[in-house]
Amino acid sequence: MARILSILVGLFFTVALAWSFGKGAYTQITEPPAATAEHEFHLHPKELHLASDGPFGKFDKQQLQRGFQVYKEVCSACHSLSHVAFRDLEQLGYSEGQVKTIAAGFQVPGVDPTTGEANTRPGTATDYFPKPFANDIAARAANNNAIPPDLSLMAKARHDGAAYVYSLLTGFQAQPAELLKEFPDSKTPAGLHYNPYFANLNLAMAPPLTGDGQVEYGPGNPKPTVEQMSKDVSAFLVWTAEPKLEKRNQTGFAVVLFLIFATVLGYMSYRNIWAGKKH
Amino acid sequence: MSFPWVKHYTPAHPFMKWMDDRLPIPRLVYNAVGGGYEVPRNLNYFWNFGFLAGLCLVLQIVTGIVMAMHYAANTAVAFDTIEMTVRDVNWGWLMRYAHANGASAFFVVIYIHIFRGFYYGSYKAPREMVWLLGVVIFLLMMATAFMGYVLPWGQMSFWGAKVITGLFGAIPFVGEPLQQWLLGGFAPDNAALNRFFSLHYLLPFVILGVVILHIWALHIPGSSNPTGVEVKSSSDTVPFYPFYVAKDGWAIGVFAILFAIAVFYFPNALGHPDNYIPANPMSTPAHIVPEWYFWPFYAILRAFTQDFFFIPAKLMGVLAMFGAILVWFFLPWLDKSPVRSGGYRPLYRKFFFFGLIPAMAVLFYCGGAPAAEPYVMFSQLAALYYFAHFLIIIPVVSAIEKPLPLPFSITEAVLGKDDEAQLSVPAAPASAV
Repeated sequence: MARILSILVGLFFTVALAWSFGKGAYTQITEPPAATAEHEFHLHPKELHLASDGPFGKFDKQQLQRGFQVYKEVCSACHSLSHVAFRDLEQLGYSEGQVKTIAAGFQVPGVDPTTGEANTRPGTATDYFPKPFANDIAARAANNNAIPPDLSLMAKARHDGAAYVYSLLTGFQAQPAELLKEFPDSKTPAGLHYNPYFANLNLAMAPPLTGDGQVEYGPGNPKPTVEQMSKDVSAFLVWTAEPKLEKRNQTGFAVVLFLIFATVLGYMSYRNIWAGKKH
Repeated sequence: MSFPWVKHYTPAHPFMKWMDDRLPIPRLVYNAVGGGYEVPRNLNYFWNFGFLAGLCLVLQIVTGIVMAMHYAANTAVAFDTIEMTVRDVNWGWLMRYAHANGASAFFVVIYIHIFRGFYYGSYKAPREMVWLLGVVIFLLMMATAFMGYVLPWGQMSFWGAKVITGLFGAIPFVGEPLQQWLLGGFAPDNAALNRFFSLHYLLPFVILGVVILHIWALHIPGSSNPTGVEVKSSSDTVPFYPFYVAKDGWAIGVFAILFAIAVFYFPNALGHPDNYIPANPMSTPAHIVPEWYFWPFYAILRAFTQDFFFIPAKLMGVLAMFGAILVWFFLPWLDKSPVRSGGYRPLYRKFFFFGLIPAMAVLFYCGGAPAAEPYVMFSQLAALYYFAHFLIIIPVVSAIEKPLPLPFSITEAVLGKDDEAQLSVPAAPASAV
């Protein structure tokens, strides 16, 4: 009885699935899904190698400082960095005094101590990076109806995070002629910018890094080409997303080494205890 | 199990004697995981995963309690409190990554533990209760993991919660009011986040309770073994301490190495990038996928694309998704084969290795893939096999299969002969652990 009941329930589910499968397969054959421009022209991020890659990766502080400079002079006009405080910048090799100077260069929301009215004041080391827009509506209004995302976690919030940022920054180009030939309706709308590394190919952000030397690097640094600036800011965003990366790598090394040692001891004691006991 | 040859606890120190007369916890421990628990000598490494699962539960509770110290269940700040924990709390990043990857490790271990049970027939008499409690633990784990994933209030947290609670809406008549009652609103919001946090803190302790029952029920008949032959004599078993403590001990080492590599070097590999974007009810992610351990069941949910007679496709999917796990409850009565171990069941073994395992692999893969062809068609075929396997193939196979000859005893299976078999029938089950 239990068997018959079970087989009946089994048939219920399997027949329903076969029905779904049959209908789906029939639709696939009779009406194959149309190709889309996104599917054919979207590109995976380019390869990007950073000093922080791999199990022994360490931040290249010089590069992070350059990346920070790019963020400060270019990206911060539209993008917030809300999880990072000025005090964190000491990890990039800046001294306490330098951090104070950097912080004071930003205006952060404050309160007038005499009237109690909202105003702005120069930042201090304990402040977080201020948001460039007062609210989402202001952000949309200034950016063709798109909200510039916060960049603190960008390197972890996209597949291949740092490589994605780098590819996006260097990937702006004219819409390919083949695309328009194949998909005449997919012309990049006015106000958007074609970028094959962006999921739907058209991006509200205008190319932010447009010319070599847009940011002036100090002496001893590489030439600030678009390529170099993109790399540097990507490296900087790896740090903002994962400031504990170096400590994580170093701790992991010691932990794994210890665990291997302990496991070898554990295996030896296991062999010792089971010696002579066939199993 | 109290086999006649089991060693009894004798307190060595006067204090232990004093304690034993009043609150015999040392005796309980001795009988549960000490020299007083006799275990078949021939267990292979698949039997280590029960102990590892217990370890994962403890790991999750410890790291979870630390995380809860820094977390605030409020939609306005939940995401930021997690980031604050990672950035500004001493070793907060380690707690966070250990807890997030600990959930994955727990499920890896538990899936191996469950499939060990499928292959070796661990669910069969007299261990049905062990199995049933195990399925209850698995369901509780899924509920706990689901609610835990909502807590960081990232994009996948929010949209995952929306999709999964939306499933209740598929229930006829009461679906929508039930969904609103569960969420405390029309969509996941502060009320839902708060109760999920409350339940996410509660359920692990419920799991702990059921785990104790699971172990208690196991210790009545004693552990199963790869031959599936019951213990016959003292030469079939070894005491848990020191033999299996040593074996579990070094297995923990291997597990810990793999876990540490994941936590320290690939902490985000199993997570979804979208969950590093704060929840935004106005923007739907391109592909909403749950965590990897839900993928097989998510694939089954999405495999039903057509209404079946008068049943809407969505309801069929929900029924099937829950049915896919609930069917495990009936397994002890669907599989009537008197032979436990798949090692002695040639037909069952073929269906296990060439049917169930590939079907699960396909369901795992397709559950994480976008809801598009060909993934939907693959998951339909795999889900079809899944239901056929448990509800049709297992009952039929167990009726028609000719099993291979079983060894006389565990000792014979190990040594090739068993001269000392005393043929003594084990005593009646004892009531204590």
